[in-house]
Amino acid sequence: MHSEKMFIVSHAPFWHNGSNVAERHIGMLLAALPAVALGIVHYGMPAVGVITLSISTAIFWEWMMNRVTQRAITIADGNAALLGLLFAMLIPATTPWWIVATGTFIMMVIGKHVFGGIGSNPFHPVVVAVMILTVSWGAFLDINGALVNYNFSFNAIYPLTASKNFGPSALSDFTTLNLLLGRQVGGIGTAFGLGLIGGGLYLMAKRYIRWEIAFSFLVGIFLTALIFHLAAPDQYAGPLFHLLTGYTLIGAFFLLPEDSSSPVNPVPMLIYGAGAGVLTMLIRNIGVYTDGVLLAILLMNLVNPLLDKIRPKALGKVG
Amino acid sequence: MKNNAFSRSATTALHYELLHQTPLGPQHVSSSQTATLLIEEKLERLSQLALKTGDTVQTGQKIAPFTDRPAYTISTVTGTVAGIRPIAGDFGKHFTAIDITLADTEVWAEGPGELTPTLADLTEWLVGTPGKPPLHLFQEPNHGIHTLVVAGIDPDLLVATNQFVIKSEMHAVNRGIDVLKEATGVGQVAIAVPRDLVQGFGHTGADALKAVASEYPAANPKLIIYEAFGREIPAGKTCEELGFAFFSAEAVASIGKAFETGQVPLEKTVTLVDKTGRKTIVSARIGTPIADVLTAHGITTGDRDRLIVGGPMTGSAIFDVQMPIQADTDAILVQDAADVSLVSDYPCINCGECVRVCPARVPVNMLVRFLEAGQYEDGADLYDLYSCVDCGLCSFVCVARIPIFQYIRLAKYELSRLTAAEASDAQ
Repeated sequence: MHSEKMFIVSHAPFWHNGSNVAERHIGMLLAALPAVALGIVHYGMPAVGVITLSISTAIFWEWMMNRVTQRAITIADGNAALLGLLFAMLIPATTPWWIVATGTFIMMVIGKHVFGGIGSNPFHPVVVAVMILTVSWGAFLDINGALVNYNFSFNAIYPLTASKNFGPSALSDFTTLNLLLGRQVGGIGTAFGLGLIGGGLYLMAKRYIRWEIAFSFLVGIFLTALIFHLAAPDQYAGPLFHLLTGYTLIGAFFLLPEDSSSPVNPVPMLIYGAGAGVLTMLIRNIGVYTDGVLLAILLMNLVNPLLDKIRPKALGKVG
Repeated sequence: MKNNAFSRSATTALHYELLHQTPLGPQHVSSSQTATLLIEEKLERLSQLALKTGDTVQTGQKIAPFTDRPAYTISTVTGTVAGIRPIAGDFGKHFTAIDITLADTEVWAEGPGELTPTLADLTEWLVGTPGKPPLHLFQEPNHGIHTLVVAGIDPDLLVATNQFVIKSEMHAVNRGIDVLKEATGVGQVAIAVPRDLVQGFGHTGADALKAVASEYPAANPKLIIYEAFGREIPAGKTCEELGFAFFSAEAVASIGKAFETGQVPLEKTVTLVDKTGRKTIVSARIGTPIADVLTAHGITTGDRDRLIVGGPMTGSAIFDVQMPIQADTDAILVQDAADVSLVSDYPCINCGECVRVCPARVPVNMLVRFLEAGQYEDGADLYDLYSCVDCGLCSFVCVARIPIFQYIRLAKYELSRLTAAEASDAQ
């Protein structure tokens, strides 16, 4: 009594809300594009070169690791392209090709695949790569040194360097409006405040990132910077300056809320974001580094598994 | 699909179907040539059988096919036994199928006649009646059941069977409640209905009317108890262990009808959903092949379609259109090959959607990592496997399309086998 028809038999549920991983990564790529576009306007073809090389080598390393580990080729999920673009956004447009290729190698192999690939990396691969490069070849990633041959219509000193070395009195050019419109130097895709905020709002609305993390990070930076500023206004810049300079915005929307290395429960997300914000400001204002976002992200990535143990009591759980 | 990024509660609002007005009576479908009666018992040897191929059966006749077990079914047709065969279901379930070739004329066997409202009489005749009343819960003398919940809402989406029954057969439901109260001695009877429909209910035989929210999975029995009765079922316990027995409205109505007519009801109400999502309330006798129901409603199926018994979130996909309608077949869903969503072996990316959507606050992202590795005991001990209420929402929202719900069901099943094996070793 078997029918000739071959039905598909599988376990419930038989509906799906239609989301998928590739769509998520493409959404993040789109969200990053406005900031990248302004970077290309500022820095011209060298920026295009760095971006394309970064994305293509990231995809190549992904493919290579898929082959080496004998797994399915996962280039189509868009994760390698996304990481490649984010890496390019963080570094100066004049970065030599071999640093880009080495950086993406570190990112894809040491940052992602040695831990088992997507979903298993304890740290954001891009942050790992940029930090290792900073330690190894810091001079090439120094924004002021890298962009010395450019002529800009705005003040070409890296705002955080100015703030750290000369104090708030040197920041008269960096008005909030100028920072929002991207009239500052930085990595290829880190300068355009409005573009990054717009992208971030899109990511939150589409649920591609967890809004609690980005929100609490920005609040953490704002409040800590405000306390410093109120305590010594002539020594520390105000909170809006810190929100719109360095890696703050790209960190808030593209680095800190990375799925695998961030918590998912409500209270841990808030602690994680706020903690990263406070650490960032401590490093910027009393540490030796000009920008503390990447270090703060790495440190919070480290405590993420522990933080995520704070979770609501499951239904019917005893004790 | 509502997709609210800033609310932490149910993020993908799926709403139950509501029958605001009683639809026109169910459309009847009859078996064409054969019927198959299923008994949930394992057929191991032919020598166990008291029933033989070639035996004739009459409509309404009680058939107890085993010599060594009391399990029985009520024949819903008149005809000749064409075969008796074992069928294996999912998760270790076993059935014995009795195939019957229909005779030209229907002969009604003598029914139970005047039934008395006692548990013995109910168990004697109505165990397999449409809606499948869980009478076995009352077998133990100290069963501890204090509240009987009549579910006038179906726990899964799209299914409208019990809503339909409670709207159109309230009289029979009330009679059934009276009978059950007398037979089981249970003090409190509550009817659970969709919140939007509560106003429509006047006098009922129940002691209380409980409103159920319209958002899936509010009609899940454990969540009804949590929301409407304010009791939290301890993880790993069943509703019965807390003293709540769930009867579908149809089961109660069937009991009521049996007492009114003196005949065991044979007609099962089924929500039929075709490929376009069009819904029809159908009534067919238990044992009618699903193929006959589809043919009667002009639904054609093809390769790579999916045929689902039950709702879209918790039903089961079957491979054979000749499978019969059973006492608990509340819905038949046909899904076109183009609409079939498939699962993948992509790893969890830790996006947290499942954690947000879980009505039982299970840390699904961590749990699934253990279950994928087969570490079921750790999953249960560390990450609340037993708090799960089996709603399937985690799989529904999974970005990586991991069959999370299947992992959870499998883990629970494997752990139950382990516990059973340990218990038998101990003896």
